[in-house]
Amino acid sequence: MRHAVPADDIAVSVRNVSKTYGDVQALKDLTLDFPRGQLTSLLGPSGCGKTTLLKIIAGLLPANSGQILVNGQTVAGPGPDRAFVFQDFALLPWATVIRNVAFGLELRGLARSEREAIAEKYIREVGLAGFEQKYPHQLSGGMRQRVGLARALSVNAQVLLLDEPFSAVDEQTRRKFQEDLLELVKHEKKTFIFVTHSIEEAVYVSDQIAILLPRPSRVHEIIRPSNFRDKGVDNIRRDPEYLDIVDGIWASLRSYVE
Amino acid sequence: MTLFGYKLPALSSLILWALLWEFVGQAELTFFVPPFSEVLLTLFGMLPTPSFLNALATTAWAFSMGVFFALVIGIPVGILMGKSRIVDELLLPWVNIFISAPLTALVPVLMVLFGFGTRTVIITTSLFAIWIIILNARTGVKQINRSLVEMAHCFGASPLDAFFKVYFWAALPEILGGVRIGVIRAVKGVIIGQLLISIVGFGALFELYSSKFLMAEFWAVLVVLFGLAFTLSEFLAYLERKVAYYATTR
Amino acid sequence: MIDRSLTLKLLSAAVVFGAWEIAGRVPISYAFPTFLESMSALARMTFDGSIFVAYGQTLSPLAIGVAISAVVGIGMGLWIGLSARFEWLFAPIFVVMQTAPLAALIPILVMVYGIGLTSKVFVVCIMAMPVIVLNTAAAVRNTPASLKEMATSYLARDHEILWKIILPAASPMIFAGLRLGVSAGFIGAILSELKITPTGVGDIITFSRSIADYPSMYAAIFSIILLAVLFLNLLGTLENILFKGNNRGYVTD
Repeated sequence: MRHAVPADDIAVSVRNVSKTYGDVQALKDLTLDFPRGQLTSLLGPSGCGKTTLLKIIAGLLPANSGQILVNGQTVAGPGPDRAFVFQDFALLPWATVIRNVAFGLELRGLARSEREAIAEKYIREVGLAGFEQKYPHQLSGGMRQRVGLARALSVNAQVLLLDEPFSAVDEQTRRKFQEDLLELVKHEKKTFIFVTHSIEEAVYVSDQIAILLPRPSRVHEIIRPSNFRDKGVDNIRRDPEYLDIVDGIWASLRSYVE
Repeated sequence: MTLFGYKLPALSSLILWALLWEFVGQAELTFFVPPFSEVLLTLFGMLPTPSFLNALATTAWAFSMGVFFALVIGIPVGILMGKSRIVDELLLPWVNIFISAPLTALVPVLMVLFGFGTRTVIITTSLFAIWIIILNARTGVKQINRSLVEMAHCFGASPLDAFFKVYFWAALPEILGGVRIGVIRAVKGVIIGQLLISIVGFGALFELYSSKFLMAEFWAVLVVLFGLAFTLSEFLAYLERKVAYYATTR
Repeated sequence: MIDRSLTLKLLSAAVVFGAWEIAGRVPISYAFPTFLESMSALARMTFDGSIFVAYGQTLSPLAIGVAISAVVGIGMGLWIGLSARFEWLFAPIFVVMQTAPLAALIPILVMVYGIGLTSKVFVVCIMAMPVIVLNTAAAVRNTPASLKEMATSYLARDHEILWKIILPAASPMIFAGLRLGVSAGFIGAILSELKITPTGVGDIITFSRSIADYPSMYAAIFSIILLAVLFLNLLGTLENILFKGNNRGYVTD
């Protein structure tokens, strides 16, 4: 069983963050820590501000008050220490797979040969070898999101921000993605922040689950599953603790679902 | 654009441009631009005169007949093209040609075939408006949600029922979009027609005023025409927004 | 198997030209020559070179006007699309130009600039520019927000977002505006030749009408429509070459 994480092992720290859109309070005084090298899920009903929080961490949205610390540094905007994976993939339709994957590096000014070598490595890693010269419209939804993932990995950021990355792919592809994600967390030594609305998905992939509740948005509970992660991917879904956590989360979210 | 927290309405900058126009006019920089206030005064003085009302009636008649024919021919043809592949393949190349062809070149042909009267102006107006109406009606039908069509079949809709209860309504937003652009083109068509074919209606007024150097009158007529065209197009855009949700896919 | 769409195109052309031929032979009007008569007139004008002289005169105001409209129009359109302030100030001008029947201005243009090239270039510009500006501005505003967000999150600077995201994303609509602008420019060029001074193709049309040489008149009109269509197709091909992956729409769903 994992215990409370020491302070210097916190990769991302959210301190008293508030955000309003006009009159609507999206986030109120929210504080949350993300341990280094682990995957934390933000889970909650729609409208609980989980994507807003993720975009604030990414530096895409400004917070009204409060502070975001990444490795102890205050976040003022997007930075090379974070990479984002988008719900709708956000691939350039006019660019080939390899240019899409290398796009983050292109923006950092790497020479073409250099960035394409790196991109090729990650294209292989996500299982898209041979598709380098294809365009996004020639790929299936699942393959498109693999391109998005490879793009995020190729910039070698310490923190990966994933905004419902598997919500637009079918159930079977999603299961494969979830297994691959577990492998990735194990080997890449990166911090993952993962937004999802699927309870099973959150429990399956997370080291830590933050349950957010809406109106006003707040952290309701932080759950740290203990022992089923090491039993192998095939056994997680029938582990009693897994099932208990899924049921428990549903019990606390049920009344907030319209 | 916001100023002191207030959102300025679209087109409100035209007031600024009108002021600039007034300034240029007052400064008498050029004979061709009289002050905007003078144009407006002329406009209100001109409205009740018989020559203006006659021109308005002539132009409005040619315009509305032209638009009428463009609608009653264009919309059914467009819907038919959207529904039938063979009709589509036979007609689409021609629609694509005429939508971008320099239609002014056809006006002389219409003149020798149909004479120099209002009839030719009406045909010119239709010719300017019809192609975009056909194309948009076609697109509208093509974009109808497949399952909506299947639903109609499942519940036993006859082809006629399907046409009037499903196709027409689901395609209505696109059709109205086409009508709006078609109407703008028709305004240009009717004026070009009147300038080239028979010097009648507003075309005659433009010729008259420019040849007699009555610049205030000239601009007043142009302002009236813009006002009419703009009102019509905004009204159609309003209808289009009203029914936009007819084309939602769920 | 023969290409179905090409076969149908040829069939459709054969039907229309056949109908033209028959209608001309009936004849439905003394001023309606047959298709073959018109085509032989076109061939005659092509071989004696008169059509090339005519197009030299017609195309110069058109080319100058379209070039000015494209450069100024796309520039203005980008600026309007990027800046709310600029949009508020200038977009209404082009909305007015688009809506009002500015063909009426031709008599005034003739008084100000005479009957020469300048007036004709002006006519082409006022017809072609508004649609190019408005389309470009709309295209820039419609750039998918998630692509801009993606570029921002990967640390793109403003000029990189413009060149690598907004321009390629907007290019199909900019080209659509350009096509509409060119076709409006053709309308303007012919209009100015018919209304201001008969030169070029407008002269062939007007002159052959006055001497009742209808085959030549139809041939000239046929050729200008053909030229407009060919040129617009060329523009479409150019777009496909420049932005290869773009012609199949967006991949965001």
